[in-house]
Amino acid sequence: MPANWISTRAWLLMLPLLVVMVSVIGWPLVDTVRLSFTDAKLVGTEGSFVGIANYEKMLTGSNFQRALVTTTWFAVVSVAAEMVLGVLAALLLNQQFRGRAALRALMILPWALPTVVNATLWRLIYNPEYGALNAALTQLGLIDSYRSWLGEPGSALTALIVADCWKNFPLVALIALAALQAVPRDITAAALVDGAGPFNRFRFVVMPYLAGPLLVALVLRTIEAFKVFDIIWVMTRGGPANSTRTLSILVYQEAFSFQRAGSGASLALIVTLLVTILAAAYAALLRRAAGAS
Amino acid sequence: MERQSRLFSVFVHASALLLAAVILAPVVWLFVMSISPAADLSAKPLNWWPSDIDLSRYRTLLSAVENSAGAAFVASLVNSLQVAGMATLAAIVVAVPAAWAVSRTPAVSWSLYAVIATYMLPPVALAVPLYMGLAYFGLLNSVFGLALVYLTILAPFTTWLLKSGFDAIPREIESAAMIDGARLDQILRLLTLPLAAPVMATSALFAFLLAWDEFFYALLFTSDLRAKTLTVAIADLAGGRVSDYGLIATAGVLAALPPVLIGLVMQRALISGLTSGGVKG
Repeated sequence: MPANWISTRAWLLMLPLLVVMVSVIGWPLVDTVRLSFTDAKLVGTEGSFVGIANYEKMLTGSNFQRALVTTTWFAVVSVAAEMVLGVLAALLLNQQFRGRAALRALMILPWALPTVVNATLWRLIYNPEYGALNAALTQLGLIDSYRSWLGEPGSALTALIVADCWKNFPLVALIALAALQAVPRDITAAALVDGAGPFNRFRFVVMPYLAGPLLVALVLRTIEAFKVFDIIWVMTRGGPANSTRTLSILVYQEAFSFQRAGSGASLALIVTLLVTILAAAYAALLRRAAGAS
Repeated sequence: MERQSRLFSVFVHASALLLAAVILAPVVWLFVMSISPAADLSAKPLNWWPSDIDLSRYRTLLSAVENSAGAAFVASLVNSLQVAGMATLAAIVVAVPAAWAVSRTPAVSWSLYAVIATYMLPPVALAVPLYMGLAYFGLLNSVFGLALVYLTILAPFTTWLLKSGFDAIPREIESAAMIDGARLDQILRLLTLPLAAPVMATSALFAFLLAWDEFFYALLFTSDLRAKTLTVAIADLAGGRVSDYGLIATAGVLAALPPVLIGLVMQRALISGLTSGGVKG
């Protein structure tokens, strides 16, 4: 068959997908760009062109800077904790012990629990009056009086990070476990015979197999964590005293609570740009890692 | 196989128990809350085990008496099923031909990367125009409108999964059939699609779970029983003035049941689906 017919046929087969993508992603994205240069309201006023005023206002505002710090902190701490816990859990699940298959199946639970259900569950656990965390810590004698874990600016973000980690570290563990199982037995055995200790075996035998998949998990989790909305909205709505207000929550408030579509759109695009830079940096890292191995 | 010392074996078993406890405790507690009498949950010190098994909340939430908490919950359950079902079906319908074309025509594979790249877009980047667009077409607070919006997430995702599924089916089978004189539609209908059935099923399940889980767009684009999904209904319960925490927990258990069951039954397929992207790097 002629090559140009094959490629035309491919485009024809992709047409439905492309039409969908252009209408629900392409057009809205372009329209967000247009809106970001206007003072449009969400309902009613079309708005008029205001140049880069929205961007100036948003970038110099203290709300954006604080939300950027909060988001970065949330992403870095939760992803780092998920990676460490995930690898530790995977190393454990790679050992021989009774009930290993059952434990591995259990790891699906947090992942399968809907994000909103997870957030609700932890909100109940952290409840200041009747929560299980307060009850458990009091009964163990670790705290004297009940605390409002989500109600105090000092602890709310940490409480959110714990809830997020609990849901997401099992996924990292499953990915890492699959990679561990790809490590050939004879190489580990040879390293053992050569007298390599546990750390050196992990560093030089296991790590090369683990690095690629973990890097991919790291990329996906960081991007997800940077976009975080659901768990925070359900647990704290960005409070108390805006201490858990991430960028996505800020965009939501600007565009939908205050109905300022124009400035909300500019803020959304700033977030998009940050995610894109993050993704591009990671992609470069991935390519380098692929080239090295 | 390396021989394990006794101490190491004790350490492994203790860690395994700890891991199991960390994973199970919150989930078991959710279930215990859902079957504990309200008095147990507000007792101090807290009753960790129900004094009496109370299933009344399940009856409350699943009853269809008009204007009850149950009617609202059942309505949101039905909405979630409809939205996730329609969005999954539509995503598969557009993704199958596209994924096959990309898999068999390397020259156009760059377009797939463009599609996948959109997966990284934060939903807030599309939310305002989508809101205005839905309002313009009268599709706000409608299951059809929400299902359409969910295609922004499901279509790239299923295309990507299906493409790697088609890649695993050798092209030689198709070329052989073509040499034997089969038409393209015959090849696809009788050969490729049946072979791709398992990966299509897995992709559909993943897509369904994604849609079932979705919250942000549902929060923005739905406002009452006509379209509100389960995730929004639960967030309302959690953030509202409900005094019985057991009722919130019950709603959580019911919403978690379908994905958890799918997860446990489909373990193997899910794990290989989750990890294949990762392992290939």
